[in-house]
Amino acid sequence: MSDSPTISGSLRNRLATILIGGAALLALLLFLAVRNYAVQVAQQGQDDILMASVTSMLDTAAIRDGSVEVDLPYAALAMLDTPADDRVFYAIYRDGKFLSGHEDLAVAASSDAERREVFSTQAIRGTTVRQVSARRILIGASQRVEVQIALAQTQDALAETLDEIRRNTTLLGLAFFVLAAALSFWATSFAVGQLNKLTTSVTRRGPQDLSPFKKPVPQEMGPLVRSLNSLMGRLDHSLSQSEDFIAEAAHRVRTPLATVRSHAETTLQRVDREENREALRSMIRAIDESSRAAGQLLDHAMITFRADHLEREKIDLVELAQDLAVRLSPIAEMKDLSLSVCGDENAPYAGDPILIQNAVRNLVDNAMKYGPADSDIEIGVHTGSRLCIVVRDKGPGYPLDEIGQLHTRFKRGRNAGDAVGSGLGLTIAADVAGAHGGSLELTNHPEGGACAILLL
Amino acid sequence: MRYFVALIVWLAAGCAMAQEWEHQETFSGTDASVSLRIISSTDADLFAPVIETFIAANPNIAVEYFVTGTAELNERFRADPGAFDIAVSSAMDLQLKLVNDGFAKPLPDIPHVAWAQWRQSLFAFTSEPAAIVINRQAFEGQPIPQTRQQLIEALRARPETFRNRVGTYDVRQSGLGYLFATQDARASETFWRLMEVMGSLDVRLYCCSGTMIDDLTDGTIAVAYNVLGSYAAARTESETILEIILPSDFPTTMMRTAFVSGQTTQSQAAERFIRHLIAFQSGQGDGRRVLPALKTPQAVTDRATIALQPALMTFLDVLKRRKFLAEWEDAMIQD
Repeated sequence: MSDSPTISGSLRNRLATILIGGAALLALLLFLAVRNYAVQVAQQGQDDILMASVTSMLDTAAIRDGSVEVDLPYAALAMLDTPADDRVFYAIYRDGKFLSGHEDLAVAASSDAERREVFSTQAIRGTTVRQVSARRILIGASQRVEVQIALAQTQDALAETLDEIRRNTTLLGLAFFVLAAALSFWATSFAVGQLNKLTTSVTRRGPQDLSPFKKPVPQEMGPLVRSLNSLMGRLDHSLSQSEDFIAEAAHRVRTPLATVRSHAETTLQRVDREENREALRSMIRAIDESSRAAGQLLDHAMITFRADHLEREKIDLVELAQDLAVRLSPIAEMKDLSLSVCGDENAPYAGDPILIQNAVRNLVDNAMKYGPADSDIEIGVHTGSRLCIVVRDKGPGYPLDEIGQLHTRFKRGRNAGDAVGSGLGLTIAADVAGAHGGSLELTNHPEGGACAILLL
Repeated sequence: MRYFVALIVWLAAGCAMAQEWEHQETFSGTDASVSLRIISSTDADLFAPVIETFIAANPNIAVEYFVTGTAELNERFRADPGAFDIAVSSAMDLQLKLVNDGFAKPLPDIPHVAWAQWRQSLFAFTSEPAAIVINRQAFEGQPIPQTRQQLIEALRARPETFRNRVGTYDVRQSGLGYLFATQDARASETFWRLMEVMGSLDVRLYCCSGTMIDDLTDGTIAVAYNVLGSYAAARTESETILEIILPSDFPTTMMRTAFVSGQTTQSQAAERFIRHLIAFQSGQGDGRRVLPALKTPQAVTDRATIALQPALMTFLDVLKRRKFLAEWEDAMIQD
């Protein structure tokens, strides 16, 4: 009934892994994107200033008396002042001939003749600089001169800015990741929580409750609940069919047997020859046995079914026992036996009354079969540390060496002799006790007679 | 072999230098084991208190102090940066260019305000305004000029008194003079008018503040323009003769700066000296200080201090300098 399902991985872990992994990837992408963008913007800022500076320098270039003059504007270098005090290098060339500035700074060749300025990052004097190389053509009276200026600046301030950006983007990425991770945990437990809710409501159901689930569930769980509902519908249908079948079978088997028995009895009264009467009597006994066996078989089937779907209701066991004693007393009187109920005044219990009644009746049946005439059969109901119903007769008792196997199906005691029986009575009683969480104990009473204790 | 070559070079350099220094002095502690070589444009008597207090605190260090002009200091240092441990100069532009060009050793552990240092390498330790210094005798009964404009008027009013009796830096020789002149030229056209007037009066040109003040004191000249007020103030004997005027129209204030050579072999001692120099110049109750302290520029109205920034290199550009000097010569030398 409760076979463990095959477990393969965890939905929660898998979901959390995917979501957190995704968050980490996104955080990394965010970090890289923001940082690259910031680096670009910061570099663009330095390039713009270098460009403005070199442009203002070139603007002052002029040819005077055949020689090139460049009147460096004070602002050209002033605008290159940075908080990190970056070093500045420049060189002015006329047609590739050095005029002024730092001689070791070369003008970068432009691959594209149209472009007048070239940016490059290179090393000079043991430090990395960002360099712009720009050119301007001056046209004098009789000559055409190209003035080239290379202007370079170290990147200390830029590096400081980038460090700050890197710190901030790292924090941003981490914060994003932590937030996303928290969100994915929340989302995962929400999704799994819905499954848990459904599981709880399935587990909490009573054994007979096969009605469809009505509680709203998320859309994705719709198909699961739908197929659960349809499965339970089919189950409900087949259960009621088998109940019907049991009732039908009981009816179909018992009724013809009763008819055959009454015919046999009628015939017995009309027959005078002793040997014929004897044959009829054994026939009636066989019919009784069959009828009883069929009844017990059906009882057993019914009990197996009911025990699987135990329905407990509040009952009083004393009342139940007395009721049973009243109903069985006509049969007992036929065998010159008396039935008595003893023990406590009342014994409230929550259990299936039909099953318990059936069990006790089978025990009493046995007692009546083996009890000698003019003896008494006691049905005791006791509410001690454990609730129990004790049925005791004054017969020969159970054969001690078989006492352990008596309640297995179709097993009859050696001393059963010609007593009518199917071997199912004790099995039924043991099954009922088991269904209620109890057991059946068989002992022989010290003062003689069998004693069956139904522990509930 | 290498030591031998180094010794030869050192001796040769030493001999060559020994002949040419304006002044050379060795301050030695009681048990000097380390020698610090300082090249400076500051007169030894003004700088001596700094060195003496340093030696007193660090008796294991001896200081060799070489004095030369600002322009020459720049050339000598560039020629052989390993020969000196520390360079001290009043020519901020030349100092800044030396640092920019990679001759200095950064000292990241020295705390100093941002505006008074550059790249943690160049450290300013004085605030010294450029002043007009006059000989009181020449202005007896006359109003004392307070601005450049008033000076121009005073000079024009009595050309016979001032002919051949005005003095200023020869900006072609003096780095500090060039710095003052270029900063003045940036600030106002008045500078060029003053230069023309001075040129018309047959101006006398000087290499250094010291000699200019000597001539003022003995009456050879009556007016000195753009001379360091600190030098004049340091001469207690000439207090009654000279008057120092800080022009109120646009002031120019220079900061004396020092840096440690990138090729120094005594970096620890040199760093200790810079620390001492800054502490000494910002200290309060030390009566021995001769050089003016470093003053925080406070408001717009305060004397404008030349900022330590790359723009200082503008007028050092060969083309720019050639153009500036041509104009200056046009104004000053009128034959």
